[in-house]
Amino acid sequence: MRNFRLIARLDVKGRNVVKGIQLEGLRKMGNPNEYAKKYYRDGIDEILYMDIVASLYERGNLLDIVRETTRDVFIPITVGGGLRTLDDVTATLRAGADKIAINTAAIKRPQIIREISEAFGAQCVVLSIEAKREAGGRWSVYYDNGREKTGMDVLEWAQQGCSLGAGEILLTSVDQEGTAQGFDQELVRTVAAAVSVPVIACGGMGNLGHLDELVRRARPDAVAMAHVLHYGKLTVPDIRASLRSGNVPVRSVPPCP
Amino acid sequence: MSIEISLVDYGLGNLLSVRRMLEYCGARVCVVCRPEEVMAAERLVLPGVGAFAAGMRGLAQRGMVDAVREFSRSGRHLLGICLGMQLLMGVGEENGTHDGLAVLPGRVTAIPSVNPEGNCVKIPHIGWNALEYARDEAAWRGGILQNVRCGDFVYFVHSFHVVPDDGEKCVATVHYENIKLAAVVESDNIHGCQFHPEKSGPIGLRIIDAFLKL
Repeated sequence: MRNFRLIARLDVKGRNVVKGIQLEGLRKMGNPNEYAKKYYRDGIDEILYMDIVASLYERGNLLDIVRETTRDVFIPITVGGGLRTLDDVTATLRAGADKIAINTAAIKRPQIIREISEAFGAQCVVLSIEAKREAGGRWSVYYDNGREKTGMDVLEWAQQGCSLGAGEILLTSVDQEGTAQGFDQELVRTVAAAVSVPVIACGGMGNLGHLDELVRRARPDAVAMAHVLHYGKLTVPDIRASLRSGNVPVRSVPPCP
Repeated sequence: MSIEISLVDYGLGNLLSVRRMLEYCGARVCVVCRPEEVMAAERLVLPGVGAFAAGMRGLAQRGMVDAVREFSRSGRHLLGICLGMQLLMGVGEENGTHDGLAVLPGRVTAIPSVNPEGNCVKIPHIGWNALEYARDEAAWRGGILQNVRCGDFVYFVHSFHVVPDDGEKCVATVHYENIKLAAVVESDNIHGCQFHPEKSGPIGLRIIDAFLKL
């Protein structure tokens, strides 16, 4: 069995971690590097940075923050938000990112997935999908933090993304994001069962029961968490211990020197 | 006097993370991209993320292929990380068949998409997995794993894996979906990790620290 991964998602606007509800109504939370360091020392498996305004205003990104993070955070870092071109991807990887998450640019020109995958390997291409539930057990693909609708079907887009060379899917439920009301399990289950690459479930975790249920019923490979961590509702060791007691395989974490 | 590490830049991958961990462990790091710099190195680290052919092309374009081969025969320590380790092999089978550095005879081949039980395997292999003895504990003594315990978790991201011709060169393995893959190869002064020590938290620090003290 694969080990289930715990990912801390840090949505960044300017120099601050922000947290909203359903990707809207952002509240400033503080210094991204401090958050990343704390979660690393607590034993998180990965850090995910999302520049949530870059896509909208076509400007700046997180590279300085990422460079700083690599000084003392020695776990994988994924960076997304506003990546448009192969040059953007190159610069992001050189700043210390291990993987890039791509969303809007891939919707506008799907071939960019293949280009990145061929240049750097599928393992560093995370296709980020913002999904909104529709009637009839379907989900639509959105972008720009859930504001813009594409008309594409989430399941089809996920499969197309994989065939173009995406190595991982970050699946965010726009409906559940920031609500702490639980995951869209059906969404995660449907996509995870249909693609051959790892799926990261994101959006809606409010308590340990939500995660337990998600892992048992929807079988994702990883979870990206923001709300429960940033508001101190749960700690990484709590989450890890809970999964382990439910016989979900997770890594054991030695203390940081 | 801190140890000097030459970190090979061949245009691919995450140099900065490797550099940061080496520096955190007390090394002085020079980034090198010319054959004469490779040849003059005290210790060499060949990092890498990306496709096999692109990696070899990057080395060839900078004239470093023979320099790395020559360095490897000098007895000085060389650490290949992920793609950097795969490039040490003779042949790579990613997107066609390509010649490698042939520092260690062997090939780089795709992780099987079906495991021994007939179940589909998710590829790339991304995640934390436990290191295991390939043969016995003795093979870890004196090498980069000397301060690591069997069962310690490290971070993997790969779709291909190495198969050295001489199976004895593989000192640590990992089980992914019940498929056994080489995790660490060592042969005298040549060391390679399939996983990313620079991304493996405290265990990665122990491995890099051990490499610096070899």
